[in-house]
Amino acid sequence: MVELLFWPALVAYGEAAVAFAGATRRPGRAGRLATWGVRFGWLAQTGLLIAQAAGAGRSPWTTWAGSLNLFVWLVVSAYLFWGCRSRFRLLGLAVMPLAAILFLLAYAGGGTDEAAGSRYSSLFLAVHVGLVSVGFAGLTLAAALAGLYLWQERRLKRHESAILRVPLPPLLTLDELTARTIAVSLPALTLGIAVGLIRLARDGGSPDALMAVTLAAWGLYGAFLVLRFGLGWRGRRVAYVAVAGFVLVLAVHFGLPLTHFS
Amino acid sequence: MTSLVLIGTSYRIAPVELREKMAVTEERAGELARVLAADGYEAVCLSTCNRTELYLAAEDPAVAERTGVALLAGIAGLDTDEVLPRLYRLHDEAAALHLFRVAAGLDSLVPGEAEILGQVRGAAEQGAPGRLLDRLFSQALHAGRKARAETAIGESPASVSSAAAALAEQVFGDLCSSSVLLVGAGKVGELAARSLAARGARIAFVAGRRRERAEEVAREFRGRAVAIDGLAEVLSQVDVVVSSTSAPGTVVRSQDVAQAVGGRRGRPLFLIDLAVPRDVDSVVNEIDGCYLYDIDDLEAVVAETLAGRRREAERAEEIASEEAERFCAWHASLDVVPAIASLRAWAEEVRAAELAKADGRLARLSDGERRVVETVTAAIVNKLLHPPTVRLKEAAVTADGSSYADAVRDLFGLGDDDGSQGRIPRQ
Repeated sequence: MVELLFWPALVAYGEAAVAFAGATRRPGRAGRLATWGVRFGWLAQTGLLIAQAAGAGRSPWTTWAGSLNLFVWLVVSAYLFWGCRSRFRLLGLAVMPLAAILFLLAYAGGGTDEAAGSRYSSLFLAVHVGLVSVGFAGLTLAAALAGLYLWQERRLKRHESAILRVPLPPLLTLDELTARTIAVSLPALTLGIAVGLIRLARDGGSPDALMAVTLAAWGLYGAFLVLRFGLGWRGRRVAYVAVAGFVLVLAVHFGLPLTHFS
Repeated sequence: MTSLVLIGTSYRIAPVELREKMAVTEERAGELARVLAADGYEAVCLSTCNRTELYLAAEDPAVAERTGVALLAGIAGLDTDEVLPRLYRLHDEAAALHLFRVAAGLDSLVPGEAEILGQVRGAAEQGAPGRLLDRLFSQALHAGRKARAETAIGESPASVSSAAAALAEQVFGDLCSSSVLLVGAGKVGELAARSLAARGARIAFVAGRRRERAEEVAREFRGRAVAIDGLAEVLSQVDVVVSSTSAPGTVVRSQDVAQAVGGRRGRPLFLIDLAVPRDVDSVVNEIDGCYLYDIDDLEAVVAETLAGRRREAERAEEIASEEAERFCAWHASLDVVPAIASLRAWAEEVRAAELAKADGRLARLSDGERRVVETVTAAIVNKLLHPPTVRLKEAAVTADGSSYADAVRDLFGLGDDDGSQGRIPRQ
């Protein structure tokens, strides 16, 4: 059953990624095809997660690959909020290739099979991994928005003549959305980290490098909010902070199998 | 069969001197159409700054063509021989395709321009269309809308002023909360200001060397006139600066802009320099949060969008051709429609007559049973007539259409297209 849902989802995400690339040359039909790819893929992946959970009777993110599967679903879900509006379609140019690649990695790691057992309790996994994944998904989307901001800013500065042929969301909108997305995502990440730290203190474990990187990412995004809303920073400088934070998010994701799921 | 005839001229084959002589207002175009209608034509006259065209539907296309040429020559005040080389004369499918291309903006100076669709609609409303031209113009409007909806032919700006406004939207999005400083109160700047105002921007300040002119423009936009040497004070209060003075040197200095940007808490500043020589110090584009476009930059954007429109035009051409084919299929079906109508009317008459004859024998039936008999006999007639009806409609788009129609009339003893019926066969 899970195989039947995995492949259509992957093909749809892949189709969306390719169609978004085509939409930069010929907006319109390619953009619509991409949006339908995202919708169809998301539905198939939702079915996959439900089938995984129903088959095992527990949350499907008991492994690193399983958590990656959830992460991809959350990123695509967050994208669907904006991606259906034609103005934000090209956000998919940053989101969908990443989603397709990570989803394939999740499959290679067995994260799309029926959920395996774990040394962590089911409740802990659901709360900690769930919250951290929600936070990271939002921050991934914020990084994609910041990436679009930097691209649009560069096009305006360089006076690219094709700027109106492939319209991106306006600079101010991208700047605003990046900040808001981080403001919404950071509390979820904060709660997820807090749950992890409480469990660590209760079980007497010791902190590891991955936790340090996670806290560094949290600190960086916290600094972003202070700079943006406290000191009124806008534009390119804060966009760079959002992208830098995402590098740490990726580091955490790819470090997970070495520390937490080894 | 009624033919479609188009006689017209456009910027493609006639100089402006001739076009302006043939140009008429929408009202006058309507009057001309009604004059032609009095002579038995369906007529619509389309007159814009780039073209004057007469669309006629007539039984005799040659006579209609001569009438149209004479009318256009009369409007221009010239002899027929003088205008004839500058006129195109198209019939039926070619005429329909031409109008669909016009409505789609494919025959315009700027491909995809939007005004033409309204002008086509206006011409049809003012004209004297009958069945043929009514259908032609409805379908032309449909083709025009479809071309714009399914291609990007009309999406990008086609002038420097509209490109400037579209670029401002790329920075600020909705311009409703953006304010504009207009430096120089000349026509060029005013045009750009109008484009920005049309998209919701507020023209807050107007600075000009001539105070009276600046005040006049400021009043028009409900803004405030400021002295040109007081620009530094208002730069921090606006989002967009449009400059188009004839000053020989720099009017908007980089140090003033840098100072203004410092007080904007990161909000970008978009500057449009339409002047030659340039008004705004080019270093401004290097200031963080400032975007400066000069006339060359804007013209490059317009050239690119026009090239994009031309690429989209290929797809719009397909739409116009498809619609022209559909129109021609409908037009051809007009040839067989009277024969089909006569056949069906005759069959219905036969059915009604046979039922009337059997009325005595059906008297014992209840109302419900009588309704069943009515329904069954009507169904039999419909089923019998369905295949020949379909076949006639299919044949209508081929050269055999009228032969089939004649055969049906002959076989069933039907009357001519004037509606006279054949005799009901007696048993």
